[in-house]
Amino acid sequence: MKFSVLALALPLLFAAPLAAQNQDLGEPVGDGGEVETTGVDPSNEEAEGGLTFTVTDESDWEDLGIAIPAFATDRDRATPANSSGTAALGREIARVITANLQNNGLFKPTGPDSLPSPDFPQITAPSWSSWSGRGAEMLVHGYVRARSDDRLVVGCYLYDVALQDELIREGWVVPPADWRRAAHKCSDLIYARLTGEDPFFDSRIAYIAETGPKDARVKRLAVMDSDGANHRFLTLGSATALTPRYSPDYSKIMYLSYVDGNPRIYVYDIGSGSQTLVTQNANPTLAPRWSPDGQHILYSMAVAGNTDIYRVPVTGGQSTRLTDTPGIDIGGSYSPDGSKIVFESDRSGEQQCYVMNADGTNQRRISFFGGRCATPEWSPRGDQIAFTRIAGDFNIGVMTPAGGGMRILTDGWQDEAPTWAPNGRIIQFFRTTRNAGRSSLWQVDLTGRNERRLPTPVDASDPAWGPIRP
Amino acid sequence: MTISLSKVATATLVTSALALGACSKKAPEELPPAPTTSTTTPTPTAAPTGPTVGTQSHFEQAVGSSTVIYFDTDRYNIDTTDATALQAQAQYFARYPQLTFTIEGHTDERGTREYNLALGERRANSAKNYLVSLGVDTNRIRTVSYGKERPVALASNAAAWAQNRRAASIIIN
Repeated sequence: MKFSVLALALPLLFAAPLAAQNQDLGEPVGDGGEVETTGVDPSNEEAEGGLTFTVTDESDWEDLGIAIPAFATDRDRATPANSSGTAALGREIARVITANLQNNGLFKPTGPDSLPSPDFPQITAPSWSSWSGRGAEMLVHGYVRARSDDRLVVGCYLYDVALQDELIREGWVVPPADWRRAAHKCSDLIYARLTGEDPFFDSRIAYIAETGPKDARVKRLAVMDSDGANHRFLTLGSATALTPRYSPDYSKIMYLSYVDGNPRIYVYDIGSGSQTLVTQNANPTLAPRWSPDGQHILYSMAVAGNTDIYRVPVTGGQSTRLTDTPGIDIGGSYSPDGSKIVFESDRSGEQQCYVMNADGTNQRRISFFGGRCATPEWSPRGDQIAFTRIAGDFNIGVMTPAGGGMRILTDGWQDEAPTWAPNGRIIQFFRTTRNAGRSSLWQVDLTGRNERRLPTPVDASDPAWGPIRP
Repeated sequence: MTISLSKVATATLVTSALALGACSKKAPEELPPAPTTSTTTPTPTAAPTGPTVGTQSHFEQAVGSSTVIYFDTDRYNIDTTDATALQAQAQYFARYPQLTFTIEGHTDERGTREYNLALGERRANSAKNYLVSLGVDTNRIRTVSYGKERPVALASNAAAWAQNRRAASIIIN
């Protein structure tokens, strides 16, 4: 970590090694910042009530019909967001929301392509009779307005058709390029209001894109929105990239790269496109992880073949060794409050999951069911730990932080490396096919009933789901 | 040994190609420059007498299949077969003290990615430590783990996995 500190003071001296490290990197891409919430609410009055039941299981919601007609516009205007104006964009936003709610098996949404389009005044005064006749219990309305500065104002309203009442409304101001984020924010508003759970749609995923034959796979760092949109490759593929992790504020990605011929963890700054070694050391570094507050980094380092877990401040400085067994101790995932770490160790003779305090004290095994426990990831809600269960096949399991209540959620031949949705209700992982070695991203909810494959341009592995965006 | 002997017969003219092949495998970042059309007549070289010292093919010719050792599932210990192979390597490197080399540690696909990177590193170090115990200077040996990322056998069955659980000594030049 001395390296990054020195690099600030002596940029010229370190220019050469930095350039060498960067040779596999593509052009840096800026990330949209915060989405501005706007007061579209004329009454500015928080809607109350509307929900007379509680959620116990996602399956209860599968019959809840939600009508999502095209968002209206006050005036169809050209916008840099698309080629055909704000009216077409309003329809596209409704499509994105419909896909979000559909793809997660939570509701039964009907999208804009099979519904009449409300006009602008109807957004705040729905034509109740036409919607109740369609069997929709819930109704989403919204509008798109292009401001003179080209920014878009997107309003989102959720109505209970039977009650003929508004449940919630919110609006956002976004740059044209970020119009999908408004659709995700609206999806999150609807999801959170109807389920009582935290939102998760407005988030991004880092993963490894894979191409080529099994014995010569090209593995590139890539990122995309939670629904697969805004996909970008961040590395060029000349060096193998593995195991990315988004920083909690999305400003950086840590990942493993063989760019200098050895497996090493780099901290890649998304805005500037520059990257630094997580620690200036000749040993291989593996399995990067962020602390929940983004202030610390966990990495695993092999010294003379023995791998242990270390912690280093994100600003650099001294690394602290947290494990010291002769076995392989690797990975590590913080509890949401940062007080504990769940990790993987083969100190018992095979891979099992252990919990320790964040300072490395009080290490104790928690997995005592049959089979092996690998790649544990603590839920952002704190109540569950997801892991790869190895018992013949590889499957995704969950258990409590004490190791109880183990449940297997998937049944592939090789499912591994779970990552949590920001709200701790959905898990993504990657699935490898037998013989061909093709890999793909999948997600499953905590019931195990709603499983689906995520669309990616090429084969994919090592998903890492980031937090909800600001 | 029959494999490596037959290789000797054909190796005379392809030595440099083999060396290039090994080289490009290790350094995928750079392609060799495109061939240029030239009017100069190739200079006739002396009849090749075999792989030159310092190439992987010379190493392979000398020790045969002993350039690679294999491990049981999840294990990284040196068994008697491995020891015999590493002794052959140690004799070779004692004879050519100017050579440095890399031990690549690999695993089969039936493990999680990060753990396998650590396991490959442990296997490479097991081989290295054994060679050091036989007198090879530690500074001549570099280790690198590829985990399950670079299989040589592509099927998903026990025979393929046994081939992939390996530590391969490679001379890079």
